[in-house]
Amino acid sequence: MSSFWSGWIIVLTVANILGCFWLIWWTMRRRAGEAAQGDVTGHTWDGDLQEYNNPLPRWWLWLFYITLFFGAGYLALYPGLGNFGGVLGWSSTGSQYKAEMEQAAQKYDPIFQQYAAVAVADLASKPEYQEARDMGKRLYLTYCMQCHGSDAGGARGFPNLTDGDWLWGGTPEQIQVSIANGRVAVMPAHAHLGEEKVDILANYVASLAGRSVDAAKVDAGKEAFMTSGCVACHGVDGKGNQILGAPNLTDDIWLYGASMGAIKQTINGGRNGVMPPHQDLLGSDKVHLLTAYIYSLSKS
Amino acid sequence: MESQTTYNYKVVRQFAIMTVVWGIVGMLVGVIIAAQLALPTLTDGISWLSYGRLRPLHTNAVIFAFGGSALFATSYYVVQRTCQTRLFGGPLAAFTFWGWMLIIVLAAVTLPLGITSGKEYAELEWPIDLLIAVVWVAYAIVFFGTIATRKVKHIYVANWFYGAFILTIAVLHIVNSAFVPVSLTKGYSFYPGAIDAMVQWWYGHNAVGFFLTAGFLGMMYYFVPKQAGRPVYSYRLSVVHFWALISTYMWAGPHHLHYTALPDWAQSMGMIFSLILLAPSWGGMINGIMTLSGAWHKLRTDPILKFLIVSLSFYGMSTFEGPMMSIKTVNALSHYTDWTVGHVHSGALGWVAMVSIGAIYFLIPKLFGKSEMYSNKLIEVHFWISTIGVVLYIAAMWIAGVMQGLMWRAVNADGTLTYSFIESVERTYPFYYVRLLGGALFLTGMFIMAYNVWKTAAAGNAKDADDAIPAPAAH
Repeated sequence: MSSFWSGWIIVLTVANILGCFWLIWWTMRRRAGEAAQGDVTGHTWDGDLQEYNNPLPRWWLWLFYITLFFGAGYLALYPGLGNFGGVLGWSSTGSQYKAEMEQAAQKYDPIFQQYAAVAVADLASKPEYQEARDMGKRLYLTYCMQCHGSDAGGARGFPNLTDGDWLWGGTPEQIQVSIANGRVAVMPAHAHLGEEKVDILANYVASLAGRSVDAAKVDAGKEAFMTSGCVACHGVDGKGNQILGAPNLTDDIWLYGASMGAIKQTINGGRNGVMPPHQDLLGSDKVHLLTAYIYSLSKS
Repeated sequence: MESQTTYNYKVVRQFAIMTVVWGIVGMLVGVIIAAQLALPTLTDGISWLSYGRLRPLHTNAVIFAFGGSALFATSYYVVQRTCQTRLFGGPLAAFTFWGWMLIIVLAAVTLPLGITSGKEYAELEWPIDLLIAVVWVAYAIVFFGTIATRKVKHIYVANWFYGAFILTIAVLHIVNSAFVPVSLTKGYSFYPGAIDAMVQWWYGHNAVGFFLTAGFLGMMYYFVPKQAGRPVYSYRLSVVHFWALISTYMWAGPHHLHYTALPDWAQSMGMIFSLILLAPSWGGMINGIMTLSGAWHKLRTDPILKFLIVSLSFYGMSTFEGPMMSIKTVNALSHYTDWTVGHVHSGALGWVAMVSIGAIYFLIPKLFGKSEMYSNKLIEVHFWISTIGVVLYIAAMWIAGVMQGLMWRAVNADGTLTYSFIESVERTYPFYYVRLLGGALFLTGMFIMAYNVWKTAAAGNAKDADDAIPAPAAH
């Protein structure tokens, strides 16, 4: 903030606080010829409305003074008066956030570190690592459940993590990469193919999953599937490609909805799936425990 | 009729009746969305009945339709009578009534359709915002014109508060509603990012400060001494608390944005001026309640006075709670929880609604040429049913809010969260039901009021109202 605006804030703030003191002083002053204390002021409105000339209640005045002095003291200690940061040097993002994060790191990091050297497969299955799996679950409930659900069952657009069906692979290494670095999956829009082609494609795709659909459309749909670019990601057999995060279309698991309408919408408008990266937020040790927990879900 | 020998009671009558009507509408929508929180699938599949669309309709209806009509009605009544002159501007007063009603109807149509600017308490899109600005300027002309042509020397304290409310709301509305229109139903805020958030809450909190506090303090300063038949407790106190209130309220907005992208200095400023606001706010409560000293016995028999005095108790409670919640440490617990909702409703139901209800019960017989309401007994019933309703509502939300805050911050030995968010929602269900019950009770009271008002108006006649302007006093 420029020194002009800083000065502007300081002047207005100080003026307002001093103004309150002045206001109290000015109002408490007794004036020549005014009504006696406890008497009415002598003005009358609307027939019978009057006012007593009572003094300011003492206890109320003290309350006012206390808050005014507290305010002034606070502005001396903490940021408030423009660019003046306060004599304590406190700031929410600097000193407070940093101090609390450091304190937390000291206290909690060793708890997570103790499992860093244990293999994910062991953490996920061996009975002696139950505590590690519980910690993984608690991490999951803090950082992951917002999208994947508290039972990890997923939601539309957010994969189910318990069904053993993996978009990007289900080995410990692949899960770790998904959590640490995130994933971006793009299904391009295909509305340019035209309504009819999208319709037969949807029928074909549904038939791949073993659903009963219009048989006449399936054959034409297969032709379209092979020639419209679908195979580039989903493969000739429609079984998908974990390198690209392209879903397997043959298992009747539908990330964006199973209805004919939803499938057509996916083909028409495309989809964009984003798993955000967590390495910087959580650090390797927590990602490791999360990986073990997610891996254990798919194995149980 | 339009002569200078009578007060303009017609516009007061219109706004007074509409206060009751919009009170029922706004609170009914409130009860519906309270029910949706307890029973989330209640209106599944009906987009215009979904929570996200009805919630702004509820807030706009109770604040601007119900509260606004009450402020228009009482300010027009009070400013004429305490200035001893007819409302200034002739047909302008009628224009403000029909204009304001049109705005409310437009809000009731556009919000359920999902047409919204997305700014809390300022959701209406830019064409309606423009209309509000025009009506508000007309309101200011009528009000300040009446003050300027007054027949008494001094300006009564109620009019200071009404005046501050009208002036400040104009500034707040115009600054916060600066939009870049892209179509008739969509505009985008003129301000970027954190600045937009700050402008929004500068507006938002001062809407509380000037619409819901200063305006209703104006109401209080007329109807409490009138109904109690006693002089206002302290003129000096009213001077100090008026100027201190309006100058410090202006700064309090940033406390809505603690621990956000807002710079630290602005957050501190919001917090300390919110704390300093405690005494100026309480000045109004003391002046109102102490006005009754020497006449406490009237509380036993006068249900209108009960409404007015209990409203001041809720006012005192929520203006103590507010500064406490603005302290960063307390805010870290209370922010984003239902505690905030409880706080708002102790102010909105306990203070704003109850003082308005008291004032309307005072006004209706006078506007229809009757000496009192059709049934005092029903006012008494209304008083108790709404008091119990408010207490159930705010107690449920306090407990729910503190519980949510504690659950959200609870951590395990390894630093992970003890509870997932959904667990806190699950535990909140019983309180959502209690809140629904409290809100339904308050709404029931409004129906009782509507019946009472209907019977009074039907038995009376507007022509019999004593609207003669007395000759100016000698001084």
